[in-house]
Amino acid sequence: MSVKAYQRKLDVENGRVELSHGAGGRAMAQLISGLFHQAFGNEWLAGSNDQSAFDVTAGRMVMTTDGYVISPLFFPGGNIGSLAVRGTINDIAMSGARPLYLSASFIIEEGFRFSDLKTIAESMGAAACAAGVYIIAGDTKVVERGKADGLFISMTGIGLVADGLDLSADKAKVGDRVLLSGSLGDHGVAIMSKRQNVAFQTEIVSDSAALHSLAAAMVAAGGGGIRVMRDPKRGGLAAALNEIALQSELGFHLQESMIPVKPAVAATCELLGLEPIHVANEGKLVAIVAPDSADAVLAAMKAHPLGSNAADIGEAEADDHKFVQMTTDFGGRRIVDWLWGEQLPRIC
Amino acid sequence: MPIVKYSSEFRDKTIAQELARAIDAEVSSQRAYRFVEFCGGHTHAISRYGLEDLLPANVRMIHGPGCPVCVLPASRIDMAIRLAERPEVILCVYGDLMRAPGSQGQSLLLAKALGAHIRMVYSTLDAIRLAEQTPGREVVFFAIGFETTTPPTAVMIRIAEHKRLEGLSVFCNHVLTPSAMHRILENPKIRNTGGVPIDGFIGPAHVSTIVGTQPYEPMAEQFEKPIVVAGFEPLDVLQAVLMLVRQVNQNRHEVENQYSRAVTREGNRRAKEEVSQVFELREQFEWRGLGLVPNSGLKLKQSYAKFDAETRFAIHDLRVADNPACECCAILRGAKRPIDCKLFGNICTPETPIGACMVSSEGACAAYWTYRRVRDEQARQTS
Repeated sequence: MSVKAYQRKLDVENGRVELSHGAGGRAMAQLISGLFHQAFGNEWLAGSNDQSAFDVTAGRMVMTTDGYVISPLFFPGGNIGSLAVRGTINDIAMSGARPLYLSASFIIEEGFRFSDLKTIAESMGAAACAAGVYIIAGDTKVVERGKADGLFISMTGIGLVADGLDLSADKAKVGDRVLLSGSLGDHGVAIMSKRQNVAFQTEIVSDSAALHSLAAAMVAAGGGGIRVMRDPKRGGLAAALNEIALQSELGFHLQESMIPVKPAVAATCELLGLEPIHVANEGKLVAIVAPDSADAVLAAMKAHPLGSNAADIGEAEADDHKFVQMTTDFGGRRIVDWLWGEQLPRIC
Repeated sequence: MPIVKYSSEFRDKTIAQELARAIDAEVSSQRAYRFVEFCGGHTHAISRYGLEDLLPANVRMIHGPGCPVCVLPASRIDMAIRLAERPEVILCVYGDLMRAPGSQGQSLLLAKALGAHIRMVYSTLDAIRLAEQTPGREVVFFAIGFETTTPPTAVMIRIAEHKRLEGLSVFCNHVLTPSAMHRILENPKIRNTGGVPIDGFIGPAHVSTIVGTQPYEPMAEQFEKPIVVAGFEPLDVLQAVLMLVRQVNQNRHEVENQYSRAVTREGNRRAKEEVSQVFELREQFEWRGLGLVPNSGLKLKQSYAKFDAETRFAIHDLRVADNPACECCAILRGAKRPIDCKLFGNICTPETPIGACMVSSEGACAAYWTYRRVRDEQARQTS
């Protein structure tokens, strides 16, 4: 008679996470192998080591880390798991690097449904697989009820930068073009629509997407002409551009009429007193590109499914104040400041 | 029939330029025109759309006290924090108020971080829901605002009574717009501080949908100042300026209604009835920038006293002094501009507000900071 590793199967359908699932014993091993390994399925995890070894090639690597505490965990267009994988991939891809490996650390509140955890883990596996990256290390902790809001995920990722590429927020130059990959504010509005005390109906879904292939297409078209790439998340495009302006010691001048915003997002912002330029995105990028490369890069963006609505929205200009300014649809010129205060906590 | 969105139609660049040309053609170069826009909504529109760029140099807009967060004195924030610190209380607050500074620089946001039970809500319905979900707790709604936000509070109290929600009460800070306008006009000290006489008012938009235009008529008559009630869209503001310029030129002082798509002379009778059922006048109420203004605030009627948090928790009016360097008071009266304040942009910014005008996006200082810093720096350098 063969010895079974576990006497009872994990009750994924009706079971709940208990403190024992994070205690280092058999229950934890079962959760990891029965749920996470299956969802992430790769040879590294199958080895069940405390670390994963991989070969490195010569060249520059990038590393990033991010915590995901979004509420609600499930939202139109994704869930915390797919968001975490794509968000981490995007942070790597904005350096022009090819994302390779991820790690995932889970902090789970006791009582969390296995079925939800399975859905989340599977969407992480699917998102990683679709992007050709592997989740090769992980950790699971369970905390008492009330000490975490369901589930928090922390991810780290590494990627490989192609030779000769050196994108950085301090590299923008006066005269550079500002290219945006698509409409602003979809993620933020999708999350708001599901918040308990704001809830409203909208057809808008999160734009959550992995941007590495779009970034790669842009790099192939523009090469060294691409100075900076950012995926504007919390704080929106306004925060991303203000950050670049500070780092590069210049200003930006945008044309409001060129910035794509979906009518439903515009209407929601109008209602809640927000501006789309401050609202979070999870599948858009902004690139600062040398003027002579801008047309080629924009064409590459438009040819990619994630950049079909891409637009040239403005340019970098000399400005001692390092302000981001915008010519409004109305014809006036105004400052686009950082978002101040807290528009909406726990959006990613 | 074309769909009217009631937004883009009122932000049309071409029409704006036509209105600007009309204003330019009608102003007399022999005189100055100084108009107070009472409401923060107008201040916000003027700054956000850069309307002052479109006006002739001798037309100056003075930003009045019409932002409910801005006019709330530090003492009321202190009182709210004391309430929220009681273990049995959950205080329901509109988001803007969270960062409003109390007398010692403390805020509801900080009180929340230190353990006070404070919830950000979007409407009075959220407070009702919370009271239903948490029997045994004291849910206190921090009610602020002008006539626009008062009817929902009145309705909330009537629902609480109907549903016998024993745990729900209101910390009432509702104030009355006409009283404040009257105060600005009647008090020569306020009116003329800094040597700024007023030639007319842009009257409130949303407030007027409730009260109508009639309450402004005695003021226009008594003080001989034109008042044009206007909507919050940029074209509304420009058209109102044109109407004010015409009145000044023709030596008229009437109440005119630019916002006729939403405002009538009588206002919203049903809403006014709801309010008068539940509320009555306070003898006086403190406004930041205007001091104690008689008959300018509302409190709950005796018959609804059990819903009045001030009675229920026996909290007393506090009197506290504002930061002496802060010019909010003069700015709210239109006597000074934000850039005239030493604190503006130095230690007082939207992230670290000292004065109330920096707290809400409708405050004059926050609007200046957010949209107009460049212009202001230029003005500072040339003056």
